[in-house]
Amino acid sequence: MKALSLEGLGHSFGQRRVLEAVSFSVAEGRMCILLGRNGAGKTTLFSLVTGLYHARSGQIDVFGHSMRADPAAALAQMGVVFQQQTLDLDLTAAENLRYHGALHGLAAGICETRLREELERLEVLDRCDEPVRSLSGGQRRRVEIARALMHRPRILLLDEPTTGLDVPGRRAIEQHVRALCRERGIAVLWATHFLEEVSADDDLVVLHKGRLRWAGGAGRVAADLAVASMADAFDVLTEAA
Amino acid sequence: MKRRHALRALTGILRREMLRTLRQRGRLLSAIIRPLVWLAIFAAGFRSVLGLSITPPYQTYVLYEVYVVPGLAAMMLLFHAMASSLAMVYDREMGSMRLLLTAPLPRWYLLAARLLASVIVSLPLVYLFLLIARYWDVRPPVLGYLAMFPALVLSGLMLGAFGLLVSSISTQMENFAGVMNFVIFPTFFASTALYPIWRLAEAGPVLAMIAAWNPFSSAVELIRFALYLRFDPVSALVVLACLVGFFLAAVVGYDPGRGLWSRRGGEG
Repeated sequence: MKALSLEGLGHSFGQRRVLEAVSFSVAEGRMCILLGRNGAGKTTLFSLVTGLYHARSGQIDVFGHSMRADPAAALAQMGVVFQQQTLDLDLTAAENLRYHGALHGLAAGICETRLREELERLEVLDRCDEPVRSLSGGQRRRVEIARALMHRPRILLLDEPTTGLDVPGRRAIEQHVRALCRERGIAVLWATHFLEEVSADDDLVVLHKGRLRWAGGAGRVAADLAVASMADAFDVLTEAA
Repeated sequence: MKRRHALRALTGILRREMLRTLRQRGRLLSAIIRPLVWLAIFAAGFRSVLGLSITPPYQTYVLYEVYVVPGLAAMMLLFHAMASSLAMVYDREMGSMRLLLTAPLPRWYLLAARLLASVIVSLPLVYLFLLIARYWDVRPPVLGYLAMFPALVLSGLMLGAFGLLVSSISTQMENFAGVMNFVIFPTFFASTALYPIWRLAEAGPVLAMIAAWNPFSSAVELIRFALYLRFDPVSALVVLACLVGFFLAAVVGYDPGRGLWSRRGGEG
């Protein structure tokens, strides 16, 4: 079954077209990188997939649940890490996670067990009773990922999760998410503009100026476009049009 | 929507609202000091200037402090509603609003829960103010404190729903600061919070008419009557109707298909 499927997705703000007939899917348990330069439409795509607002045209399904017809069922399958930091800075990490657990209807006992599990896995459990304000950027990101996993989603969406982090911080986040995908079989849609975050085993979707430029195995992109490297392929895909 | 899930979400939203309120000491302190300044300084100064005739629900001549206290209680709700609405705009610009809106529950329910939570956390402060006001000889019947509870909740919800509506249509913080100035002060001054209608009529019939139509006046009167163990059905109806109207409009404002977000975006 497809974890996420987008069919002919289009959106505009007023006269400005930001997405045009975008179709691709993320397979269950796969890591899919959504690559695009700034302004490619990645964040708009995330807003549509997470149901913040409806697309002007097209269809979004999450594990077969239509985002338009049954958003609650679709959202229940989804863990989201937004591009902007969305933690309450005055609350502790644990309190932030409890809030999220409650929004997803978790019972208090389950909530406590899971928040410890997830924070431990992301190596931030020792800071769980400190206000988020006192955590570093990388730690805050890990708390956000832990939070997104509280309700055991089957697909995790991350919108440029490494922006603003230093190199070790970025690597740590990437490794954690890859481990989740591998060990728990969670599908991942990871939006980024950093080419180095793409691995040859990933599925790759290249978005440019609101249009889908390429979708397929990341290892194949250079060969398909008859260029030397993935970097060259990305240049080719984002220069034309 | 499962009932248990909905209830847990409401509890979670309420707990978050309480924690946030308790940790914002400055806001908490100014929320209680603001009406006390009005009572201790403004009302004391006006006491000698402003004579009040017998105005329902009072059955005798009352001191200006006594008259102004229900209005100040409503003012607390108004400021709280606007601050909470500002927090929503802030949350939205900062992104944490998205967390609430991606919860697997109907959006109208999430907004209603947020509204209710915001009103509930504001009530202890209002009661604290009323308790301190006893020092200024504002001593309504003890049962009045109980009777005013539903009036405070209903008024708080109505003002909060208005704030929610404002937050749904103002997309940027800068706009919002302007809205605050244009909303809070006229709403408060052109109402029966500080002067009874007949006093305003002496100043000008237009002002009196505005105050009579101002839903904030209805909230003030609903609270005032309740505090003196009387029910003002007209005010109750106006407050209720405004609550429903504002809330429905706010739900449209936050609707994924029709709201401003889908048209303007606001983020890249």
